[in-house]
Amino acid sequence: MKRSPIAIVGLGVLVLVVIILPFTATNYLLRLTTIAFMYIALASSWNIVGGFIGYPSFATAAFFGIGAYASGILRGASSLPLPATWLFGAAAATLFSLLVGPAILRLRGHYFAVASLVLAAVLREITNAATTLTGGGMGLNLPAVGAINVDVQTRLYYVSMLVAAALTIGLATLIWRSRLGWAMRCIEQNEDAAIVLGVNTLATKILGFAASAATAGLVGAIYATWIGYIDPTDAFDDLLSVKPIIMAFIGGVGTIFGPVAGAIIFLVLEEFVWRNVLNFHAGILGIIIVALLVFMPGGIGSIGRGIEKLRAYGRAGRTSDISGAAPPVVPS
Amino acid sequence: MLYVQILINGILLGGLYACIAVGFSLVWGVLNVINILHGSFIVLGAYLAFFAYTGLGIHPYLFAPFAALVLFMLGYAVQLTVINRVIEAPVLVTLTTTFGLALLLDNLMLVVFAANFRKVSLKPPLGVIDLSDTFPSIDLIVPVDRLASMLFALVFVALLYWLLRHTVVGRAIVAVRMDRYAATLMGVDTTKVFAVTFALGAALAGAAGALLSPIFPISPLAGTTYLGKAFVICVLGGLGSVSGALVGGLVLGVLESFGALFFGPEHSLTLSFTVLILLLIFRPNGIMGKRGFV
Repeated sequence: MKRSPIAIVGLGVLVLVVIILPFTATNYLLRLTTIAFMYIALASSWNIVGGFIGYPSFATAAFFGIGAYASGILRGASSLPLPATWLFGAAAATLFSLLVGPAILRLRGHYFAVASLVLAAVLREITNAATTLTGGGMGLNLPAVGAINVDVQTRLYYVSMLVAAALTIGLATLIWRSRLGWAMRCIEQNEDAAIVLGVNTLATKILGFAASAATAGLVGAIYATWIGYIDPTDAFDDLLSVKPIIMAFIGGVGTIFGPVAGAIIFLVLEEFVWRNVLNFHAGILGIIIVALLVFMPGGIGSIGRGIEKLRAYGRAGRTSDISGAAPPVVPS
Repeated sequence: MLYVQILINGILLGGLYACIAVGFSLVWGVLNVINILHGSFIVLGAYLAFFAYTGLGIHPYLFAPFAALVLFMLGYAVQLTVINRVIEAPVLVTLTTTFGLALLLDNLMLVVFAANFRKVSLKPPLGVIDLSDTFPSIDLIVPVDRLASMLFALVFVALLYWLLRHTVVGRAIVAVRMDRYAATLMGVDTTKVFAVTFALGAALAGAAGALLSPIFPISPLAGTTYLGKAFVICVLGGLGSVSGALVGGLVLGVLESFGALFFGPEHSLTLSFTVLILLLIFRPNGIMGKRGFV
């Protein structure tokens, strides 16, 4: 990674804004920034599996929900300090990923996608049924943090999410630069060739999956105490799996700062939609998702190509003619 | 006798499940697209049947072909305008695209139809066949509405089978299923085949929706439940084959019925998804162990 002067100045300004914000901004803006940190962490977390390894993971919601519930249950049952319960949430999600990872990471393509998508659904049903532990469909109310006022609380979670986002980006960077990241990129390009070259692909994938789980679980745990209430449909929402993918797509999959930029852009879009069309926001979100994927398959960087595609849209666009440089699809 | 009754319930459910899954399986097998929209198509079919019955007095079973027709046209349009543009993209893109479309359709239904649970209450109700009336020693009942829904569902599945087997379009679909590039070289217009296949999948979803409207409650967000069942059935029976969907549907129906008996109905989804994950790991080509081409 080369550092241009502009990038350093830009990064400096960003850090400065992040430091100044808690002292000057309104609670609304701080809340929005906290969500931005949350999205950045989730997108970067997904990117380790989805981007680096290239596995179509829809497991983010499962990790997030486990982190949220594990820390929430511990917090209700004990008087441990907040960070300890958060770490417990992250640990629970990691443990879960180590349990299911070795099994489902043997699957590829569509089968892996479906298996990872189903994880959250199973957990949702189990949490719904385990009423004594999780409160079932009634949800789980988390005790508030002492008697501190709203302003202080807003800033507490601002800092916490910021740390979570920084940790996730840091972990992703560490992996990216290490031997492990190298192995992941090999798998992403050609898994069979990676096996032939002696890469322990299963172990690599499991480690990546666990890293993704730990970070998403941590975010889920912080989210649970921040919002103060979780229920199964909320904590294991499929959208939690899909949004990070969209963010990474906007910014560029498989890079360090792509998901960060994508998360911010996505949040701005989402907030704009929320403010203007409350009743139909999910529908608009759906339109945005579809439009992004159809017209900007390579993220913001490919916006030029997207416009070309938009022009071609009027003409009879046929994607499946044989002359195209499409890779041979192995029927699964 | 209780077990036989549970088995009957399971089989009745299974025929309907086969119809739910066969379109999904066809789209997955031929287009290589996991169609998250499928569940929402089923719900839309159920709503159309509901309004046809309450507004126009058309019986849901009679309405099923019309629901299929409407959904066929919708599916054709969706495939040509959206899905076809991403069809060569990796699974992440195609799956997420259909997820976005499902969000849109679900939200549209939520706004237009409101979030109330509705159900087609047939007047007069079809009642049950009590086998102990004719054979005093056999203490079994068969609900007529479920039986009729299952039979009509099987008719639709059989129609699809016939279509794939004996028509030019059907043979083209099967050819693309086997090898889309070789099919292109043989002069098959894959774009058209993809559109027809997706439309057929949607049509079967519409028919299934109409047929299950007298049995299950209808709500705008019920789509994910049906989608989950379609997942499980596809993996159970193997992809892209009609017989696979039939076997998978029956197995899931029986499994869910017995699961509800032994573990309680609230765990039926957990049970079927656990079976799904285990099957994916140990028998990814389905319990019949081979990929089907019809």
